[in-house]
Order: sequence, then C-alpha cells, then structure tokens
Amino acid sequence: MNDIYMDNNATTMVDPAVVDEMLPFFTEQFGNPSSLHSFGNKVGFALKKARKTVQTLLGAEHDSEIIFTSCGTEADSTAILSALRAQPERKEIITTEVEHPAILNLCENLETQGYTVHYLKVDEKGRLDLNAYQKLLTDQVAIASIMWANNETGTIFPVEKMAEMAQEEGIMFHTDAVQAVGKLPINLQDSAIHMLSLSGHKLHAPKGIGVLYLKRGTRFRPLLRGGHQERGRRAGTENAAAIVGLGKAAQLAMDNMAHENSYVKNLRDKLQEGILKTVPNCFVTGDPENRLPNTVNIAFEYIEGEAILLLMNKHGIAASSGSACTSGSLEPSHVMKAMGIPYTAAHGTVRFSLSRYNTEEEVNRVIEAVPPIVAKLRKLSPYWDAEANAPMEEPEKSFAPVYA
Amino acid sequence: MWDYSEKVKEHFYDPKNAGAVADANATGDVGSLSCGDALRLTLKVDPETDIILDAGFQTFGCGSAIASSSALTEMIKGLHVDEALKISNQDIADYLDGLPPEKMHCSVMGREALQAAVANYRGEELEDDHEEGALVCKCFAIDEVMVRDTVRANNLSSVEEVTNYTKAGGGCSSCHEAIENILTEEMAARGETFVAPPIAASKKKKVVKLKPEEPKPEPAAAPAPAAAKPSGKLTTVQRIKIIENALAEIRPTLQRDHGDVELLDVDGKNIYVKLIGACVGCQLATATVGGIQQKLMEALGEFVKVTPVTEEQLTNLVGV
Ligand code: FES
Repeated sequence: MNDIYMDNNATTMVDPAVVDEMLPFFTEQFGNPSSLHSFGNKVGFALKKARKTVQTLLGAEHDSEIIFTSCGTEADSTAILSALRAQPERKEIITTEVEHPAILNLCENLETQGYTVHYLKVDEKGRLDLNAYQKLLTDQVAIASIMWANNETGTIFPVEKMAEMAQEEGIMFHTDAVQAVGKLPINLQDSAIHMLSLSGHKLHAPKGIGVLYLKRGTRFRPLLRGGHQERGRRAGTENAAAIVGLGKAAQLAMDNMAHENSYVKNLRDKLQEGILKTVPNCFVTGDPENRLPNTVNIAFEYIEGEAILLLMNKHGIAASSGSACTSGSLEPSHVMKAMGIPYTAAHGTVRFSLSRYNTEEEVNRVIEAVPPIVAKLRKLSPYWDAEANAPMEEPEKSFAPVYA
Repeated sequence: MWDYSEKVKEHFYDPKNAGAVADANATGDVGSLSCGDALRLTLKVDPETDIILDAGFQTFGCGSAIASSSALTEMIKGLHVDEALKISNQDIADYLDGLPPEKMHCSVMGREALQAAVANYRGEELEDDHEEGALVCKCFAIDEVMVRDTVRANNLSSVEEVTNYTKAGGGCSSCHEAIENILTEEMAARGETFVAPPIAASKKKKVVKLKPEEPKPEPAAAPAPAAAKPSGKLTTVQRIKIIENALAEIRPTLQRDHGDVELLDVDGKNIYVKLIGACVGCQLATATVGGIQQKLMEALGEFVKVTPVTEEQLTNLVGV
C-alpha cells in the first residue's frame, strides 16, 4: 500500500511533466541567459517563455511585471522592504495576525527599527474586519500586506477589495498569495494589487523558485543589487531550470484549475464529513464558506497534534499540525490563537491539504484510520473520561496542575 | 519531524502503565494548557515501606511527553519514594536514549509530576515556582522570563554573561539574536546601550586559548554584579578559601552522580578545575562547569571563568 500524502500546503510533488521540462536545462541547455552566444540565448528564450506563462497564470498586464526570486519568502521581504525604502516618509505597515512567518517575523524585526506595524485581528472563523482595516488606512502607511489565503485553515481574504480600499489612500498593497496561486483564479491586471508573492513548490514546481509580481509604475527598491538580471530588480544569475519548471507548472495549473476546484474539493469535503461523522469532539477551523478547495483543518479536542501525526505517519498518512510541539515552540499555532480556539483544541489541530494526486481510495483509508488514532490518544488524556468515552466534566476542576 | 530514538518510539507507540492506577494514594498533576502538555501521575505507595507498588500516567501532550511519562512510570515502580525522587529529568532522557533538545521539557515535566505526587502522598504543599515565557534557548529550555530576570538582577551586558549565568546560548548559539534583543531592551531600561563584542578572529583559537591571560578589563558600562559581594578587595588566599567553600557545597551533588571536582589553580579571573570520575567526558560536562561557574560567581561576587583542565594541561599552561 502506498503512503498517502495530504500535506500539499507544506509542499507539493514536482509534476513529472515539470521534471521532464527541466532536465535539459541541467545538461545541454546550461548557458547563462545573460550571455550573448547561442548557449545563453537558448536559455534566455526559455526564461522568456516561462515568464509569459506565469504572466498568464496571474493575469498580469505585462510580462515585465514578473520578477523571479529564490522563494516566496524572498518575494515577501522584497515587497515590504522596497515599499518602506521607496517611501521613507511613511513609517507604518498594515498586516494581519495570521500571516505566514515570512511576513510576521520580518514585521517584528521592522518594529525594532522604528516602524509601526498594525496587525489586523480575525474573528473565530478567521475572518478580517474591513471596518477595522479602513480605520488604519492613513497617509502614514507605506504598505498593506495581506495574505490571499491562509496556509493553515485555507481561509480566503478579500484582497482585491482591500487593495482598492488601500489605493484610495495612496497605500501600496502587497499580497502573499503563496497558497492561492494555482488554486484560485487570479487576474491582476484589473486589480489594485501592486505586488504579489508566489512560491513554485506549492504548485508542483520545484523548491527554490518564487515570483514577485510588481505592477508597472510601482516605485521599487531592489533587495538584491548587483548584475542587471531581472532588469536590475533582482540581481543574481537566474535559476534557469527551476524557472522553466515553474513555467510548466503554471501551465498545468491553468489547465487543471477548473477540474481541481471540483475534483479536489469533493475529496476534501468527503474527508471532512467522514471524520466529523465518526470522531466525537472535533470541529473544522477557519471559514468553511470561503476556503481553499484543497484544505481542511480539524481540531481534535483534548489531544495533541504531534502525537496524532506520529500515529498517522505509522499508518502511512502524512498531514501537518499547527501544534506547538511540531515546531519546538511551546505555543500553539498563532493562527489558532488569533481565532481564539481554546487551548484544549488548538493543540490538537491537524491540517489535511490535498492535491490532484490524491484519490478517493486514499480518502477512505484516512477516514478509517483517524478515529482509532484519536481514541487511542484520548485514552491517555487526563481530560478524557475513558469509561464514558467523553470529555471529563469540568476537566479544569478535576485536573488541577500545580502550575498552569 | 523529530529524530526520535527507537526507545522513544517504542514507549510512544506502546506506552507502559497508561491510565490511572486504580487505588492510588498519590496524585501529581503538572503542566500547562497553553504549552499543550499536561501530565497526571498516579501512584500506589505502600504506606508501611514507602515503596512505589504501582504507577500510572495520563498525558495531554506530544510524542515525547507520552514516552517520557511511560519511561518514568517504568523507572519508579518498585523504588522507595526517596530513591524515586533522585531521578532527574536527564535520567529520564537517558532511559529513552536521549530526547531532542527542544523536547527536554517533556522529561522535566515527568520529574515535576513525580515531585508533585510524592508531595501529595506526604500531605505536603508544593509551591509553584514556575515562571512562564516564550522559550528563548531551546538547547537548555530557558525561557524569556528567566533570561530577563537574570539580566536585570545581575546587570548583565553581554551574551557571554547571559550564558554564564543561565546556560542559555551555550549550545548551538541560534538563540544569540534573541538574547541580544533582550539585552538591548533591558539595558535601555537602565539607561545603557547594548554593544556587541567584536567578532572573534577564529573559533578554533578559542579552544587552544587555555593560556592564562590578563584578566579582561570589565566593560566600562557594566557595573559590578549585584550579587552578595564581600566588601573590599579580596586577597588571593581569601578568594581561594571562598572558592574551596563553594566547591565543597557543590561536591555532594556531583558525588551522588559518581563524580567530583577539584580546584587546581586560580589565576585572576580564570579558575582551573579538574573534573573527576563520572563528570569526565559526561555529556553534561559543559552544563556542570556552567553550574560551578555560576556558583563561584555568586560566592565571589565577581565575574570568573571556570575552565576544566587536567594537571598535565595545567603545567603546560602555567609552566611555560
Ligand atoms: S538554542 Fe541552542 S544555544 Fe540556545
């Protein structure tokens, strides 16, 4: 029996067609795209083609708006730091409490350098309050950076609308769309979004390639200065094979998106129903109405996520957990905290993120495997009444740690 | 995913003594919901002999928390409660063939649950001496509150000092930025500016640098440590006396682990000691030396550096 991979928001398998497309760029087509000879020319041409495809995937107006970077994190950092350097008189940033660490840790660091960062809160379903956002839009703000879709819950934010609101106040708008690109239709030319980050390995391209979309006319200050690659906006010899791979992956994403939105979504819904029906005391986190088609994040109360993952792994099932213990920190996931999920549940969240490679048979196997795993761990839990097979009544009272 | 030993996996997949002991006469609850780990240890102790007849655990926690709890119950069954209390969290980790550094707190929890259970059995109150904060140093499980308090209480001004006082930063050094940030804030609060030390020329040199050197002048910004400082300047003989006394206090702890320590030489701020028995080559030798160093600093009320050497190394050092 094959192992089951349901951790596609972490990373995806490189599509075999993408690998095929890349291979010649390690051997015959190894030229430096900046060189004038034919070796370089061929590669330069391939990059151009890939850039065009990414442009189409994002619905960008010009192919020159696509800047290849080394990863999503680099794209995020470039966007925010550029906005600050390009508008030195503006010292504020708007973002959300549930961003990826690529944004949050950068913002935290910028706070120590004298910038003010406004973190928008989310409600219990992970949704933003646009009124609160509106109030923050002033001429002090250099950039608003709001993720398109949350990596843990899949919750989608109304970034197009938010970009328009920012535009009215003359504020640059960036979106970390790492989880959205390839899963949701995107059309940047009609939007007020100035910058967007994407990461290749989330859409079946290899790791080590990302993109910063930069709307034409946006003031820009490069992060990496040096050679004239990417029109001087991102120096460093291009990762040609990976870029070509990303081009192919972008093509495949466009071809598959409609199908995926129904096929993957059906599988996801089946998985969700199957688990919720058979496992007591669990619930879906995030906004079920407005969510990536491939993601479901389930909180299993009174047990801890890492323990669940280890047992699932033994059954050949790979998923992921926002639990503290998988990261070595003691805090539960910042996303769960921001939504106000109680600790007894926040530590036991498991994220299943599917892709076009998952099958119905796999979903059935997961639905079968999960209930006994949860039951086994709950038997060990001091918050669970094994005899009644239910949570202890008032567990906080009967279980009284010396320190809490 | 963590690199767990086979032993950890064994105890996780097939935990021993899971569940509450039926007729327990001792219960120890520890943990913190926010940290996602909680442990209840139940014991059945023979009231005549104080021997632990049975032990059971319930854990809300990760793989290593479950494995640590399972290991602990196996280790203490059949022991006298006094014997059981001697089990350290390191013993639990050793029993499991080691835990990842980030997971050492799981073994600490096991030890604390045991203390709580024994206190409960004896009808004693156990005080909560826990401070909670974000984990700064994962290698030594030191949290922010601990670092901050130590920096404040001792007017520390360098990462090196923080390491000497708390051990934080003494391992992989990936937490140095976080420590520097705390120093920056704390020093700002007392009206000083944190200045990073110049980059050391080469790490390798440091190891060879056993030669006694001129004591480094105290950085002007750093006031003398606030620890109980004997008034006036100490003579060398006085200092040696204080050091000997402090070592005598630590000795029983080391001897319990079949080790010992001996003072070889004092040269300004450099104190050379010899580790004996089980302390030699012990994985925890750095921690032990750190502990000794801290103890000596407290006793002397000054900053000193403790270096473990052999007699041979010492003659080379001092003789040349
Ligand atoms: S985290 Fe390794 S030394 Fe602090």
